[in-house]
Amino acid sequence: MGVDIKVEGLTKSFGRQVIWENVSLTLPKGEISVLLGPSGTGKSVFLKHLVGLLRPDRGHVYIEGKDVPNVSERELYEVRKMFGVLFQDGALFGSMTIFDNVAFPLREHTKKNESDIKRIVMEKLELTGLIGAESKLPGEISGGMRKRAGLARALVLDPEILLFDEPDSGLDPVRTAYLNQLIVDLNAQIEATMLIVTHDINTARTVPDNIGLLYRRHLAMFGPREMLLSSQEPVVRQFLNARRQGPIGMAEEKDAAELEAEKDQGELPPLPPIPPQIEPSNGQGRKTQRPAGQWLKENNVEPPPGSFTGEGSYANSAAVTAPPATTETKQQREGGSVRLLERDRDNDGDDDGDGDGQTQRLRRTPARKSASKATAAPAKTASKRAAAKKTPAHKKSDE
Amino acid sequence: MSSSTIAAPFRQSGSFFALCLDTFVQFFRSVRHGRFQWREAIEQAWFIASVTILPTALVSIPFGAVIALQIGNLSRQVGAQSFTGSAAVLAIVREAAPIVCALLISGAGGSAICADLGSRKIRDEIDAMEVLGISPIERLVVPRVIASMFVAVLLNGLVSVVGVIGGYTFNVLLQHGTPGAYIASFTALAQLPDLYVGEFKALIFGALAALVASYKGLNPKGGPKGVGDAVNQSVIITFMLLFVVNFVVTTIYFQVIPQKAI
Repeated sequence: MGVDIKVEGLTKSFGRQVIWENVSLTLPKGEISVLLGPSGTGKSVFLKHLVGLLRPDRGHVYIEGKDVPNVSERELYEVRKMFGVLFQDGALFGSMTIFDNVAFPLREHTKKNESDIKRIVMEKLELTGLIGAESKLPGEISGGMRKRAGLARALVLDPEILLFDEPDSGLDPVRTAYLNQLIVDLNAQIEATMLIVTHDINTARTVPDNIGLLYRRHLAMFGPREMLLSSQEPVVRQFLNARRQGPIGMAEEKDAAELEAEKDQGELPPLPPIPPQIEPSNGQGRKTQRPAGQWLKENNVEPPPGSFTGEGSYANSAAVTAPPATTETKQQREGGSVRLLERDRDNDGDDDGDGDGQTQRLRRTPARKSASKATAAPAKTASKRAAAKKTPAHKKSDE
Repeated sequence: MSSSTIAAPFRQSGSFFALCLDTFVQFFRSVRHGRFQWREAIEQAWFIASVTILPTALVSIPFGAVIALQIGNLSRQVGAQSFTGSAAVLAIVREAAPIVCALLISGAGGSAICADLGSRKIRDEIDAMEVLGISPIERLVVPRVIASMFVAVLLNGLVSVVGVIGGYTFNVLLQHGTPGAYIASFTALAQLPDLYVGEFKALIFGALAALVASYKGLNPKGGPKGVGDAVNQSVIITFMLLFVVNFVVTTIYFQVIPQKAI
C-alpha cells in the first residue's frame, strides 16, 4: 500500500503573481510528510496540484508513472481513486446526512449492497468518533465534527494517498492532538502516503517523517523531520520554532534594515530539543518510521540537548533552560548534511533511500550510541560548540 | 503581458462554450449509461418552478394587458378592431411569452443555481466531488440544465395562456371590445408554428440561463464576495444573451416559415 508521489519542477502562477517556482520533491511511499509555510504561500494550491484539480504552468507530478497534469480526463479520474482528500472545512455535501456523505464514494464506485455499505461506513464513523451523528446534516454539527466526517469520507475507499488540508485549523488543542494521533494510527494501519498541509508547529514537529517548507515562492527545504528540526537555516529555524527573529516578517519578508537591526540584538536562542515522534497507539510502530536520531547519526549532526525525551516537546520548549554560549548564529552544521534546496531540484530521494528498506525498527541502543558519537565527533562544526554537553539523544519517550 | 488582457474575454467565452459542450456530451453519456440524475433533475425542476410560477403569472397579466391596450388603441384608429385579438396573440405567443419566462428563469432560477454552485465551490464541495471521481458537470450541471429547459417550456405555456387571458380581459372590459371578435380573430394571423417557435425559444433560453448560471457559479473569483458578484454577472450576461439569441431565432423563423396573410 502507498505509492510515491514525485513532483518535478512544478511552477504555478495566477496571472502575473507567481505562487511558487520549481518545486521538486518526492513524497516517499507510506510515509507521513508535512508541508509548512507562512500564510499565502500556496500550500493548499500545491495540494490541489497533486490531485489534478489545478494545472501547473510547468512541471510534473508523477504517481505510478502517470503524469497527473498531462493525463487524459478519464485517466485522471482513475488516478484520483487512489486519493483521499480532507479539505479544510470537510467539504461535505450540504444536502446529505453524514451517513450519506460517507457512503457516497461507496455507492458511486462500488457495487456493494446496502448492508455492506452500512458496515463500512459505521466502521469509519466509529474510527473518527462520529457514532450518533450519522443522521445529522453537515450544517447541524460543529466544525471539528465536519472535519472528522470529511476524514471518514476520505477513508472509505481505502486510499493509497491521503492529503490533509489544514486538518488542525479551527480545532482546539485537545482535538488536534486526537486528530494527530488518528493520523499516525491510520498510517500504521493502512500505510498510505500522507501529506499534511498545516500551520501548526506542534503537528509539524511531532507527526511527520518528512517536513517541507514553502517560502518566498519556492520550496525552501524538504527532508526528514530531524534534518529540518536541527537545521540552522534561518527561514527553517524561524518557522519551525515560531520565532520572530529571522527573515520572515509580518507582511512578507523583512527588508535589509530590519534584518540588520535584528543582527545587533545578538545571538539567536538555541534550538529547542527535537520532540519524539508520535507513536501509533497500538504500540506496534509504523513500517516506515525511522528510529529517532537515525538521520542525525547518519549525517553527524548533533541534536539539541534534551531531544527525544518528550520533555522538550513544543508545549514546554520555552521552559527548557538555554544551554550557554553558542555564539555563532550562522549555520554551524552545514557539514555536508543539511542541504539547502534554494531553487535546486536535487532533493528528491535523499531520504527514501535509507528509509524505505527500514521495515523493522532499530532498537534504541544504536541510536543512542550514534548520538554520543556525534557529540564526540571532531567535525569542524562540533568543536565550535563550546559548552552544553549533557548527553543528548535519549529516547525513553516512546511506548 | 498585454496578450493576456486581450485574450482574457476569449478565454472566458471559450471555457463557457467548453462547458456547454461538456454538458451536452455528458447528458447523452449519462442517459446512455443510465446514470442520469433523475432525482436531482426533478428536485431542481420543482425548485425552479416553485420560485418562478407566481412571479411569472403576475408579470404576464399586466404584460398581456399592456399589449392589448396598445394594439387596441392602434387598431381602433385604423378601424381594424376585430383584429385586436389576433395581434395580441401574435405578440404574446411569439415574443412576449418566451422573453418573460426567460427573464424569470434567469432572474429567479438562474441566480439560485449560480448562488448554490458558487457556495459549493468555495466550500470545496465541487473539488471534493471531483476528487471522489464524480464529474460535477454530470452530477450537478446536467440535471439543472435539463430541469431549467423543462420548466421554461412549461412556463412558456403558462405565460401564453395567462397573457392571452389578461389581454382578453382588458380588451373586453376596459376597451369595450367585442368578446366574440377577439376570440374569433385568434387564428387570423397566428398559426401553430408560432407556438412551436415560442416553445423552442423558451427551451433555448432555459438552457442558456442554466448554463450561464452554472458557468459563473463554478468559477467564482475569490471567496464569498466572488459568489455574489458571480450571481450578479450571470443574470446580466443571461439577459444580454437572451435578447441576441431571440433576435437571431426570430429572424431565422421569418425566413423559414411562411407568414399568414390576412
